[in-house]
Amino acid sequence: MVRLVTHNLLACHVKGCTTNNFPLAFQDVQIELQEAEFNPEFVKNLIPRLEWGALADAAKQVGDTSLPPEEPDMMDDDLLQKLHHVLLEIHVIEGAMVCPNCKHVYPISNGIPNMLLAEHEIG
Amino acid sequence: MIPTPDLSHLTQTDFVHVYEPAEDTFLLLDALEQEADELKKHPPLICLEIGSGSGCVSAFLGTILGPSVAIHLSTDINQHASSCTLATGRQNKIIIDPVTCSLAQPLLTRLTRSVDILLFNPPYVPTDTEEASIAQGGGGIAGAWAGGASGMEITDRFLKDVDGLLSDRGKLYLVALKQNDVSGICSRMLTEFNLQSKIVIQRRAGREHLFIIRFSRPNRCS
Ligand SMILES: C[S@@+](CC[C@H](N)C(=O)[O-])C[C@H]1O[C@@H](n2cnc3c(N)ncnc32)[C@H](O)[C@@H]1O
Ligand SMILES: [Zn+2]
Repeated sequence: MVRLVTHNLLACHVKGCTTNNFPLAFQDVQIELQEAEFNPEFVKNLIPRLEWGALADAAKQVGDTSLPPEEPDMMDDDLLQKLHHVLLEIHVIEGAMVCPNCKHVYPISNGIPNMLLAEHEIG
Repeated sequence: MIPTPDLSHLTQTDFVHVYEPAEDTFLLLDALEQEADELKKHPPLICLEIGSGSGCVSAFLGTILGPSVAIHLSTDINQHASSCTLATGRQNKIIIDPVTCSLAQPLLTRLTRSVDILLFNPPYVPTDTEEASIAQGGGGIAGAWAGGASGMEITDRFLKDVDGLLSDRGKLYLVALKQNDVSGICSRMLTEFNLQSKIVIQRRAGREHLFIIRFSRPNRCS
């Protein structure tokens, strides 16, 4: 499933595409919401691993505007809940992700991103 | 005893395309079970399995750790394997996030020194180079075993990425065959990357003598 946590960890890896290759932009996406158990500690632990701006922007692209555009200094329970929802409950099931730099298109089908590259595209 | 993941949702047709769990898989499960207490003492946050196949190993790790405590990412060059992995996660109530790609390619940038548990049961059977490279390009069942020279061509490529991926307390569990030259792998990882190794478990299964090697940064674990 391309949950937004996964999206936040993927970058374009086409040969030579090493700057501005993250975050990938969503294109023509279909989403599905699936409830996940809320564990505030877990969500809190994930924060240092995230690019907040990329996450807030990705959420906006799939129609969720609940996160502030910049990482807030204080994390209250309400915000952790929202973060939990955005990171772990929104699943992109169809569509594509496009590299902002080289425009390579990575398709998503049945919830699985296809990030395979052809031989000549590999660094 | 931690139950072996339920794979009853997969059929023999799936196993035409996707590696069916075998002795190597089960040895890796046994190694993880042996390490279960240690793993739970310092719960990992980010787990990544390369070449997840049926998804059996990631689902097992998820069961050890419990729900909603870790992210389970997986990769495979075989699209059928990615689908099976997703389904196996669901069947066992573990959320696995599969990505179809080679090794950890699209994750390397963002997961720099972030992976707490890294798993790889690679294609380790010695074949000629051409056979391995066709299998890699094909994304089919041959990619599950064809390992090229010494069975190490795919594993060697992966081993170059390990130091970049492992967190300070990160551990890699790697399946290897005796013919892969286990002590050679260990000494290369030590001299090139200062990663320590330990044989967690080994077993003879038919003609194969299999090892599970654990790699970690120095002074982190016994
Ligand atoms: C021996 S099977 C192990 C499958 C499963 N993890 C298990 O233990 O049963 C090796 C798996 O690695 C995958 N694989 C081979 N080359 C790969 C590569 N370059 N990147 C990612 N996965 C790869 C194969 O498609 C296959 O699913
Ligand atoms: Zn790119």
